[in-house]
Order: sequence, then C-alpha cells, then structure tokens
Amino acid sequence: MKLTLKIWRQASPEAQGAIHTYDLDDVSEEMSFLEMLDVLNEQLNDAGEEPITFDHDCREGICGSCDLMIDGQAHGPEVTTSCQLHMRSFKDGQTITVEPWRSDAFPVLKDLSVDRSAFDRIIQAGGYISANTGSAPEANSVPAPREKAMRAFNVATCIGCGACVAACPNGSASLFLGAKITHLGELPQGQPERWSRVTAMVAQHDAEGFGGCTNIGECTAACPKEIPLDVISQLNKDYRMALKQGH
Amino acid sequence: MAASGLLFIGFVLGHMYGNLKAFAGEETFNNYAEHLREFGEPILPHEGFLWIARVGLLAALVVHVTCAVILARRAGRARTVKYVVKKNTHSSFSSHWMRWGGATLLLFIVWHLLNFSFGKVNVSNGETGDPDKNPYRLMVDNFDVWWLTAIYLVAMVALALHLHHGTFSSAQTLGLTGTARARRNARAAGLVIAIVVAGGFSLVPIGVLAGIID
Repeated sequence: MKLTLKIWRQASPEAQGAIHTYDLDDVSEEMSFLEMLDVLNEQLNDAGEEPITFDHDCREGICGSCDLMIDGQAHGPEVTTSCQLHMRSFKDGQTITVEPWRSDAFPVLKDLSVDRSAFDRIIQAGGYISANTGSAPEANSVPAPREKAMRAFNVATCIGCGACVAACPNGSASLFLGAKITHLGELPQGQPERWSRVTAMVAQHDAEGFGGCTNIGECTAACPKEIPLDVISQLNKDYRMALKQGH
Repeated sequence: MAASGLLFIGFVLGHMYGNLKAFAGEETFNNYAEHLREFGEPILPHEGFLWIARVGLLAALVVHVTCAVILARRAGRARTVKYVVKKNTHSSFSSHWMRWGGATLLLFIVWHLLNFSFGKVNVSNGETGDPDKNPYRLMVDNFDVWWLTAIYLVAMVALALHLHHGTFSSAQTLGLTGTARARRNARAAGLVIAIVVAGGFSLVPIGVLAGIID
C-alpha cells in the first residue's frame, strides 16, 4: 500500500516545529505502525536526511513508550498502543497525520518524542506503598477480597503512556491519576497512606500544569488498556474523604 | 461546580413546575406567584423566602462561573500548541457545549431577569413594572411576540444540553459513579432531567403559540 505521511518535525525543544510531508510506497499491511516509521527512517537515512525521532521500547504493548497522535487519535484508530497498531487498519492511498502528544506538561524533546517525566513526579508524590524491604512476605498473609483485588489488577494495567492526557480536550491526567489511586486504594497494602496519597498526587498533577477534568470521557476511549471512567469517580471520592479527614 | 450545579437543577425543576401552572389558567398562575411571596409567613417576612432563594442562587452562580473560568483557563494553559488533526470519538455532543452553552445561558439569565423580574416590560402595550400585578398577562403577551419566543426556545436548547452533561458530570465529580451501573444511571438521569426541564419550560410558549394559553 501507498501512504502519504504528514509528520511533525521539530529539531529541539525550543525550535519551531512544522508538519513535513513524506510519501511511502510499498507498505505491507502486516507491518506495525512503528515498523512503517522504521522503513520511512531507512528511506530518509539513505537520502541523507535526519531520521524521525519517536519514542518506542518494548513494541509489545506493555511499556507505554510509543506515544503517537495518529490522525487525531491517541495511538490511532484501534484500542491498542501505536506499536501494536497494524497498517491493515489504514487504507491504500491514505494520508496520515502523526503528531506528538500535545500537553505543556509533556514538552516535545524532538520530532514526535515528548518528555513524560511529569508522570514520574506524580508517582513520586505518593503513587507507591511504603514497605520494609527484605524477603517477599507470604502472599496469603494479607487477605484481599476478590472483587477489590480484580478491580485493582484491572486498573493496574495502566502503563502510563499518557494517551489520556493527549486525548483530553482539557489536557487533564485524571484517568492516569484515578487508575493509580484506585489500584493502590483497593488493596490492603495501600490503606495506611491512602488519604495523604490522593492529596499529594492531585497537588503534583496540578503543579505540573495538567488541566482539570470535566468528565468528557475522551480519555477512556483513547486508553489502550481500557481503564474505565469510574476510576475518576473513585479519585474524586477519595479526594473528598481525604479533605474530610484533614489531609 | 458540582454542588452549585445540583442547586441549579433543583431550582429549574421547581421553576418549571411553577411555569406549568400557566396551563391551569390566569387565576391559578397569579395565585402561585403571590403565594411564592407569602411562602413561610408569618415566620418569614413577606418575600422572605424569595430573597433567601435569590441570595442563595446568586452565590451559587458566582461559584459556578468562577469554577468554569478557572477550568477553562487551566485547559488553555495545559495545551498551548494545538493539534493539527484532533478527533473526539467518545464524548457526547453536550459535553463539548458546556462553555459556549453556559455563556449562552448566562446571557439568557440576565435577559430573562430584565424581561420578567426587573423591567417587567410588556412588549404589547409598552407598560413596564407590571402595573396590574398580573404576571400571567405579562407572560402571555411576551410569548405572543415571535422573537421573544425564539430567544426563549434557543435558551431551552442550551439548557437541555447543559443539563444533559452537567447532571452526569456533577455525579462523577462528587464521586457517586464508582461502578459501571452507577455511571449508566447518572447518564440516564442527565437525559431525563434535560428532557423534563427543557421540555417542561418549552411547553408554555408552545401552549401560547397553539392558543391553549391565552
């Protein structure tokens, strides 16, 4: 298949970026989106041009590195990560626009690559449990109700890719925050720090410059791990409880 | 935002109920208007209940608009470079109209108060201040003018959209939608409240147009 690619090129964080147009012939439907970009980069390299920088790592859909806005949708038209998106999801002769995540909290480093350290700082603010190191405790020593454990596991699939922020018209990271709050708040190990965690993480979220949630729901549609919108409700509930308890 | 919004939902439900008394005739409607002023007497002074409601609603409006401005400004700062292509695939039409629709409603509220509370301008005979103390007449004469009816009906569309997303959104903000089922119920509540309130308000001008109320 033949494709026309409109790709955001930006030499450095301070440089002025612009959309560049590239034609690519002979793209296989079996290629992943990233493999297609690899082919384009080989072509650019052969022509003596600077290859396009984009984030990628595991290419298995579990690391959350491949943050591409493909034709106006985070990770493209399928519910998956960009690396697990295949070219059969596109039509022969299609024009595809590829942009980096647009969020002032995720500054563009180069071309399609953005700095998502803001998420790391939110996690550092409270997205953990404090436990003594040593040998792993016996798993059954702390019982967890099955329903709560399942919910925690389901939302723990969040890979922190930032698609929720990219898709949100407000540029809010509430789905990410909600996933972490729900994940740790449902389990017994997360209880001692539950209330201080939520206020600290929300404060860091706001300090990073993410927008406020207006419950539109674009985040959950873009999420490759299908984190449901009710985690934001859980986040709000925990935040309310924390304020009540003086945190 | 959510708490002040819930107060407004309660208010529009009550207001709509009162408006529907227009179908019961001039006397019932005017009596209702008078009874609103006598509500709570003799413990409350004359119009006491009305003034408590007015002050409460005004405070809620200030809170609501302030929150909206803060959210809009935060959203603006969070994405200063816009996408070349951006598709919204999942969100409701109403959720994208909260800001413009809200501004429309604010303008309408100012107009509506000038029209029926402060000015009480009767367009048909040029009287102001409702000298006959006949709110029913004022309303019917008002809706006999096509452009006043048009303004009203456009505002009701804006109100329906605002309530559709607003009801769900306030439940979500208050943390009441922790399960998929609760979320579905909140969305359904939004739809029902939007249709009942905006539909109920619209019945009155439609009734005047149809000649049921005259």
